[in-house]
Amino acid sequence: MIELSTMQLNMIELNNIHRDFLVGEQKVHALDDINLSIVAGEYISIMGPSGSGKSTLLNLIGLLDSATEGTYLLNQQDVTALPDNEQAATRNKTIGFIFQSFHLIPRLTAAQNVELPLMLAGTEPDQRLPLVNKAITEMDLADRAQHRPDQLSGGQRQRVAIARATIMQPKILLADEPTGNLDQKSGQDVINILEQLNRQGITVIIVTHDNNIGERATRQLKMLDGRIESDQTLSQASL
Amino acid sequence: MKTALRDITGFSWRALTGFPTRTILMLMAMAIGVASVIMLTALGEGARRYVSNEFSSLGTNLVIVFPGYSETSGLNPVAMVGTTPRDLTLDDAQVLTRNTNIRRIAPISIGSINASFQGRSREVPIIGSNAELLNIRHWQLAQGRFLPAGDLDRATPVCVIGRNIRDQLFAAQAAVGQWIRLGDRRFRVIGIMASEGRSIGVDVQDTIIIPVASAQQLFNSASLFRILLEVKTRSAIESVKQSTIEILKERHQGKRDVTVITQDAVLKTFDRILGALTYAIGGIAAISLAVAGILIMNVMLVAVSQRTAEIGLLKALGAPQRQILHLILFEAIMLSTFGAMLGVLLGELGCVVIRLVFPALPAYAPLWAVSTAVAVSLLAGFIFSLLPARQAARLDPVLALTGK
Repeated sequence: MIELSTMQLNMIELNNIHRDFLVGEQKVHALDDINLSIVAGEYISIMGPSGSGKSTLLNLIGLLDSATEGTYLLNQQDVTALPDNEQAATRNKTIGFIFQSFHLIPRLTAAQNVELPLMLAGTEPDQRLPLVNKAITEMDLADRAQHRPDQLSGGQRQRVAIARATIMQPKILLADEPTGNLDQKSGQDVINILEQLNRQGITVIIVTHDNNIGERATRQLKMLDGRIESDQTLSQASL
Repeated sequence: MKTALRDITGFSWRALTGFPTRTILMLMAMAIGVASVIMLTALGEGARRYVSNEFSSLGTNLVIVFPGYSETSGLNPVAMVGTTPRDLTLDDAQVLTRNTNIRRIAPISIGSINASFQGRSREVPIIGSNAELLNIRHWQLAQGRFLPAGDLDRATPVCVIGRNIRDQLFAAQAAVGQWIRLGDRRFRVIGIMASEGRSIGVDVQDTIIIPVASAQQLFNSASLFRILLEVKTRSAIESVKQSTIEILKERHQGKRDVTVITQDAVLKTFDRILGALTYAIGGIAAISLAVAGILIMNVMLVAVSQRTAEIGLLKALGAPQRQILHLILFEAIMLSTFGAMLGVLLGELGCVVIRLVFPALPAYAPLWAVSTAVAVSLLAGFIFSLLPARQAARLDPVLALTGK
C-alpha cells in the first residue's frame, strides 16, 4: 500500500488472458496469454495482420467479449465475470466505442444518435439537450444536427459517432479501424480529434492497419497470432 | 427500467416508421383479426336481436295457454301438438277474464275448411278468435274492420281475410261487403289484413279469421286450440301464469291438464341458442387473432435479425439485456395496439355497411366482443414477441456488431 503514492495505478490490467473460439471442431486461440497494463491517459495503437487478435483484444477491453481464462482488472476492479447489467453500466459510463462502419442508427438524426447513450442511461430529457448540443458543436456539426446519417459524409458520420462515444465522458475511448472507411483527409481529421481527446486525459486505444496512424501513438502494440509481439513506448521527447 | 417511457415510445415509434412495409403488414394482420371478430359477433348478435324483435311483434307480455300437460319444462313439442285429455273451452277463457292483471284475452280455435266465392274455391286455414286478437298480436288491417267486440259465444257470420285469400277468391273485385261460403255457412267479409301481419307458424296472409263461436259451430267442436293472455305489466307475468294454472286446475276437477308458457320462456330459448351461436363464431374469429399473433412473432423475428447490428450497438452503448428486451416488447405492443385500434375502426365500419345492406339486421358488435378482441390482440402481440425479444436480448454484441 505504500507504493500507491509513488506508482501510477493501472487503469486496465490484463493478466494471462486467453480467448478461445470454436470454429467448427477446431479451437482457435484468438488471444494467447495476454499480459497488458495500461495507465490512465495513454495513447495506444494496436497493429497487426488480420486475425492477429487485435479486435478481439479491443472488444475484451471494452467488455463486449469476455476471456476464456485470465483476469481483467478495470480501475482495480475485477470485471472478468461481471453480470450483464453491471457490464452494460460500465460500458455506458466508462467506455466509448468508435467503429469502422460508424454504426449510426439510420432512422435517427445526428443529434438523436448522439443522445442515445444518455437515453439508455436514463438521463432526464431536459438535461440531455445541452449535453448533446455541446458535443455536436465541439465536433463542428451544429448545422448537421437534424440530418440523418445518409445525408452526412463519411467524416461527418464518424464525428457523430465520436460525439456519441464521448457524450458520457468516458475514461477510455476504443476505436476499431476508425479511419477504415474514410478518405485521407477525413481520416486525418478523425485522428486529430482523437488525439485532442487524449490530450484532455482520455485513454485512447486505436486498432488500425495503417502504419502512419499507428505510429503516431505514444505506445504501439504489435500483435501476431493472438500474442503481443512488441510493446513500444515512445518517450514524450521524441514526439 | 431506467429509460423514460417517453424515450421508449419515441424510439419504438421511429423503429416502426423506419420499416413501413413490415409495420403495415403487421398492422393489417392484427386489424383484420380484430375486425373479423367484431363483424362476425355483430352478425350473430344481429340475428339474435332480429329474432327477439320478431317475437315482440307477436305481442308483448304474452302468456299462452294450451291444452295438455307433460312434466318436462320449457318448450315441449308434444304438448304443442296437443294430445288433449280435457278440452280447453270458451268457459275457461271467460273465467280468466276476471283476473285484473290481464288486459286482453283472445281464445283461439283453428281448423281448415273449403272457402268459395262465385265458383272460385280453395281449402283455407281458419282462425276463430275475438276482437282482442288484433291488439294482442299487433296486427294491422289493410281495409275494413276487425271482428266485432262482444260476447265470446256469439256466432256472428263475419270474417276478416288475409291478403292472399282476397287475391285468390276475389281477384280484382272489391272484397269487403261480399258474402263468401265457408263450408256450409255464409260469412260476410268485413276486413282485410295488412301484409305486416305476421306470426310464427301461421301466415296471416293465407288465413281467414272468424268469431270463435262461429268457428266452433263450423267445426262442431267446443275445444280451443290456445288462449292468448296479454298481461298488463311485465312483473305480473309470473303471477298470471301461476293463477291461470290454479284456476284451470280447479275447473278441471283438480287435474293439471293445461300448459302455460310465457313468451319470455320461448324468447329465452331462442336467446340461448343464438347467444351460443354468437360466442361460437366469435371464438372462430378469435382464431384469426392467434394467427395474427404468430405473424407478429415471425415479423418481429425478421425485425430482430434485420436490426442485429443496431442491437449490438445498443449493447455497446450500455444497454443491458433487460433494456433490449423491453425495447423490442414495447415495439410489438405498440404495433398490436395500433393494429387493434385499426381493427376496431374497420370492424365498426363493416358493421355500418352490414346495417346499410341488411337494414332488418341490427348488426351491432356487443361490447364484450370488442373488448375481448382488443385484449386478446394485445395479449397475443405481447406473448408472441417475447421470443424474438429474448433472442435480441441474448445476442452476442461482438457478432451482432458485425451483423452476424
